[in-house]
Formats: sequence, C-alpha cells, structure tokens
Amino acid sequence: MCEQNKETCNCTCGCNGKDEFLEKLSKEYEPIKDNLIQMLNEVQEHYGYVPTNAQRFLSEFLKISMAEVYGVVTFYSRFTLKPKGKYNIAVCLGTACYVKGSQKIMDRLKERLKIESGETTEDGMFSIEETRCVGACGLAPVFTVNGEVYGKATVQKLDQVIDELMK
Amino acid sequence: MKTIEDIRKIREEKRKELDLRVNTKADTREKHILICHGTGCTSSKSPKILENFRKILEEKNIENVRVIMTGCFGLCAKGPIVIIRPEDTFYSNVTPDDCEEIINTHIIEGKTVERLLCKDIDGKYVNSLDELNFYKKQKRIALKNCGVIDPEQIDEYIAFDGYKALEKVLFEMTPDDIIEELKKSGLRGRGGAGFPTGKKWEITKSYEADQKYVVCNADEGDPGAFMDRSILEGDPHSVIEAMMIAGYTIGANKGYIYVRAEYPIAVERFQKAIDQAKEYGILGKNIFGTNFDMDIEIRLGAGAFVCGEETALLESIEGKRGQPRVKPPFPAESGLWGKPTLINNVETYANITRIILNGADWYSSIGTETSKGTKVFALGGNVNNIGLVEVPMGTTLREIVFDIGGGIPNGREFKAAQTGGPSGGCIPKEHLDTPIDYESLKTIGSMMGSGGLIVMDDTKCMVSLARFYLEFTVSESCGKCTPCRIGTKRMHEILTKLCEGQGTEYDLYRLEKLASNIQKASICGLGQSAPNPVVSTMKYFRDEFMEHAVDKKCRTNECKKLAKIEIDEEKCKGCGLCQRSCPVSAIEGEAREKRVINQEKCIKCGTCIQSCPFHAII
Repeated sequence: MCEQNKETCNCTCGCNGKDEFLEKLSKEYEPIKDNLIQMLNEVQEHYGYVPTNAQRFLSEFLKISMAEVYGVVTFYSRFTLKPKGKYNIAVCLGTACYVKGSQKIMDRLKERLKIESGETTEDGMFSIEETRCVGACGLAPVFTVNGEVYGKATVQKLDQVIDELMK
Repeated sequence: MKTIEDIRKIREEKRKELDLRVNTKADTREKHILICHGTGCTSSKSPKILENFRKILEEKNIENVRVIMTGCFGLCAKGPIVIIRPEDTFYSNVTPDDCEEIINTHIIEGKTVERLLCKDIDGKYVNSLDELNFYKKQKRIALKNCGVIDPEQIDEYIAFDGYKALEKVLFEMTPDDIIEELKKSGLRGRGGAGFPTGKKWEITKSYEADQKYVVCNADEGDPGAFMDRSILEGDPHSVIEAMMIAGYTIGANKGYIYVRAEYPIAVERFQKAIDQAKEYGILGKNIFGTNFDMDIEIRLGAGAFVCGEETALLESIEGKRGQPRVKPPFPAESGLWGKPTLINNVETYANITRIILNGADWYSSIGTETSKGTKVFALGGNVNNIGLVEVPMGTTLREIVFDIGGGIPNGREFKAAQTGGPSGGCIPKEHLDTPIDYESLKTIGSMMGSGGLIVMDDTKCMVSLARFYLEFTVSESCGKCTPCRIGTKRMHEILTKLCEGQGTEYDLYRLEKLASNIQKASICGLGQSAPNPVVSTMKYFRDEFMEHAVDKKCRTNECKKLAKIEIDEEKCKGCGLCQRSCPVSAIEGEAREKRVINQEKCIKCGTCIQSCPFHAII
C-alpha cells in the first residue's frame, strides 16, 4: 500500500496512514480488543503480510499498545511481517507427508531457489513455507503453490512445476 | 423463519425423497451421483467432475439424475470418489474426463464402468462401498451423515433426523435429564484426554453466572489428523445442533467455534450452515417457540498448535497470544472472559445428537468397559488405504492397519504406528493386538489423542522420527513456561547429535532425565506430553538408539550423516578423482583401479559423491 501513497507520505513507514482497506475494516468491526486476531487475519489475507502501518492502525483503533499487536502478530505463524513471493510454495511437513518423504521435497526446493524456509527470493517471485498438514493426507507427500495442492509429489514433479513457473 | 411444524414437514417429505441415499432397494426412478468434496478429493479436482457431470446431463437432456456434492467417504487414497445411488456403485480415481463414459455406460445403458471400479487389496473388483474390506469393520456414528448428505443443504440434514434431537431436548428433557443420559452413555472427550463428557457438562452447569459460553474446539493441530475437518466439511449441522443442546443444558446462549484458518472449506461450509440455521429460525431467539436463545460465531485460528489446548484457545478467542492459563480454575468455572465455559471437541459434539436420539443404552453397548462408542481415526503414512475410519472402541490396531488399512504397501514390514500426534507415542509390532481404548493406549506409553494414526514401515528411522516430533514441539512451544520452552530445545539438540553421529550413551540417559522433568514441570498438556514420542521410541526401539549412540550407525540409512558411503564397483572407472578430493584420505586403491572407501576413516562428508563424474558413489 505504501507505494501508492509515496508522494503524500510523511510517516516513517512510507505512507500517510490513510488506507482504504483499513478504513473499511474499521467500519466492519467494533473497536474492542477481542477483534485483534480477526482483523489481523483480514489484513494478512488482503496484503499477504501485516505491514507496520496496519499494526499501528490496529493499535490505535483497538486502543492497545503496538507491543501487544506485534506480540500477537509474531506469535501466530499465519501472520508474516514480510511480503510473500508471487508464488508461495508450501511443503507439507505433517507426519503423514514426512513419513512419505516430504523432507526431500523441501530440501530440493531450498536447493533450487537458494533460500531458506520463511524467506522470499530477491526478485520477489518465490517464497518457501513449511506447513503442517493441509489435510490431503491421501495424496501425501504434497506441496502447494498459492494454495493449489500438488499431490503424490516427487523431486522431479517439483522441478517440473518450478521450471514451468520460472518461464 | 420456520415453525416447528414446518421443520417436521420438511423432515418427512425430504426423507422420502432421499430414501435412495441409504436404501439400495428404494422405490424411485431417480438416480443420485454423489461426489466427494472433502479436502483430499477437492485437491484432485472433484469440483471439476461435478461441473462436468452437470454439463453433460444438461446437454443430453437427461432427467431424474441429480449430481450432489457430499462430505468425505473416507477412502481418500482412492479419490476422487464417485458413488451412484440407489445401486451404490463405487467408482474410484475418477477424472473429469471419465464423466462422459459414466453417464453413457452407467446412466444411459445401465451397465457398470468396470475399469473405474475399486480394486480391493485381494485384487478383486468390488461393486459397492459395503463390499470393500475397508468398510466392513467400521461403524459410522460420528460420520453417519458424511458422504450421505449435501453439507450445504440444511434440508438434507433435517431429512436424516436433523434437529430432531434438539426438538426432543427442548420439549421433553430437562438439563439434568440430558446430563444423566450423557453420563449413562459413557461418552468421553474425543480431543484426546478422555474426560467424561456428562461430568464436564454437569460441572459447567453447576456454576452460577449471568453469562456462560459454549465453545467447540476445531483447532485440529496434529499433523496428519483430519477427523474434525471431515466432520465440519461433511456434516456441519450436527455440530451446531449439539452445541445448541449443550447451550440449553448448561444455560448458555452464546457459542464459539474455533477453527484453523488452514481449513478454508470447513470454515466456508460451517458459515453457510450457521446462516441457513439462522434463516430457518433454528439459531436465534425463541427457538421453536420456546424461550431458549442461541447464537454461534466462528473464530479463526492463525496457525498455532498450542491453541488446541483449551485455555490457550480461550486466550486466542479473546484476541491475545495463545498462551495457556494455569489450571485451576478450569474453564468450567472461569473460561472466556472469566465466565463459565464448556469446551468440547468437534467429534465429541458429533456424537451427542446420536446419543440423545438413540439413547444411552444403545451407545454404551458399543465399545469396551471404560471406553464407549466409536472413535474416528485418520489413517495415514505407509499403509494402503489411507483415509478416515471410524471403528468401535476396542478394535485392535492390527485390525485397523491390516484389515481396514489393507496392510503396508510395496511388501514392506510394519514397524510402528504412531497415535496421538506430537503428544502421543509409537506402538511397536509386539503391541499390534492391543485394543484401542483410552486406558490400553496409555498403558503402552501412547495416547488416544485426537485420532491421528500414522503407520510406518521398516524404512523409517525411529531416532530421526523422534527428532522430527521434537522439532515440531520446539517450534510450537508457546514459551510461557521454562521446562517446555528450553527443555524441548535441549532434547532436540541431543537427538540431532545422535542423528549426526556425535552422540554418546550418556546422551540417552540425559534424554530420559530431561523427558521426565519436562513431563512433570510443564504447565499445560503440550509440554507435559511433548517428550512422549521420545520416551516411547526409546522404550521400544532402544537398540536403534544404542546403534546411533555407540556404533554410529543408522540401519535405515535415513540419517544421512550416519549413512554408509560406498562406491559402486560396476560404475567406477578408477579415475581417482574421489581419492584426491577426500579430506581424510579414506579412499584407497591404486591408479586406474576401482577404489574402495575405508569405512573406519570415512567422516561421511559427501565430498567424494560430488567429485565423481560417473555417479558411482552413493
């Protein structure tokens, strides 16, 4: 969001704090602190991460400290502080997939993209994530690209998918 | 808004219309094509199959055939699954391209499409669901409606005795009657700990307060477990109805269901179910003309395993970090916002309506002395029939793995089964004949848990498995109490040392000592049970741990640093590149001769593997 407001912005994070989505959110929710996680879920969904000014906005809106908001954001693994890549590849490391060799898929993915789990490639194209069980245990091992499930995965299949996405 | 009479009318009319779903001899000219829309089958394109069927039926102008999405049939390994009723023909591994053939052959010509029939373990093709070994030993109570009704249609739920239990309790039973009935039924919490449900309801009811809450725990965090999700996806109304019965019993008019955000389909269907129930006036004020009010809301989790712990879950609903509270007071006394709160697991709720309608005596006739009813397991790992199974308590592990699960694929040996996820333990071959119930599992060092059941074959290394579980608990420990936060990390470090060949026999002693300390000193269930996978694997696979610690050997070659590196004689051309690259001069052999690795000197660094141009070193 910061990109859009660059010219009018005075604050440290690069935007002037006005944001349509957050305004809309403030109309949908009551300003009580119980709603923090609900609102964060929406922010994460909308931006793909939780930007600093959204945290500041929530802290003011719900009348709780920034530290508390940050504490919650960093506690839950669904919330991230950095944007994910255009293609977010998540490898399931749940037990059913692990037993069927998903660690090999993960290792190969890290090797191919040269980033660690939780990181995004420099060009912003790919990010890697480890998840625990997407529930498709019948297809184990699985990985997902932006939520789309690829089942019965092998290293070759992963390579194919990445080659395809890199084109 | 519908009155109670309207609901009864819907039940009667719809039931007749849907008789073909459960009765193969139903007197009807209609056919229903049921397509599984659980997460597993949805991932393999079942919505596309549904779309194709509808398109083709429309093109060909065929009447009397309806295409319906349902919840999980259970046999996920063979998905996507299509079942045609009333004849109950079971097609497996269907692709969107098969739709045309099914319609032409099955619907129009009235013949079976043999190539899509499911092959049982003994190699025979089976026609219907009930003929499969997978289903023969199962008894579906909690999953009764899964795979039978369309979860997004409240009328279909009502047709199969939906909201009848609610009607019964509102008009015929007092809260004390319900509690008595539940106590008599012997139902115990299906979340894992097995606390008697009737007793929990009674305690929560006994506290006076201006406001009480009913909470449903659907934060199914065990990796590899998907029972609760399947119930929410396949039969969401049964959970709503049971939560309402709970509300009526304890005197609460507000309910929350806490669901993982990783389950988008379950969340969507549950929300739809709530909306439909509200539209019918089933949820809301003055339900069925009585003075009972109830409202249910969804709260999304955000990816923290510890939130499956009841007090952490409450913290999370309140919008805070999900850190467990110190108990007592238990939630029954002081829960959500300090008010008395009843928390039950999804599967527990799914059993409630069946008990109310069929009676406690019926329910308590199923199962063992101390554990009544059935239990749903998510069977996964190295087993042929991966999927969802519901068996009466007391069924042995052997029956589940070999009769229902169809044994181990690729002719491998059974090594261990893991129940209870990261809080449970491994059950070795010797205990395959243990009946599955709360007490027996505890005696052999595992636990019921929420129902994940992962089977492992003999290619799995138990030390690295223990490390895998510890890695999970380390990253999911909330950090509130020291034994769990630091203790699990130390255990993980020791296990890593063992896997990398740096361990000693003394490390095994340290592991045991740490485990017992963490179990005793942690404040919540996560910490208290975190060492279980290590303790149970050490108990049953001690020799493997010793091999890692003393002989620096991993019999499965899964621990890479312990794996033996060898040169394939046939591929080796004797170039000597490996010899030059080896930092410890462990490779022996003369020029132009095949080289050999001296295992005693080898440090398994892997440099030689990369240096070999002929890929002869593995």
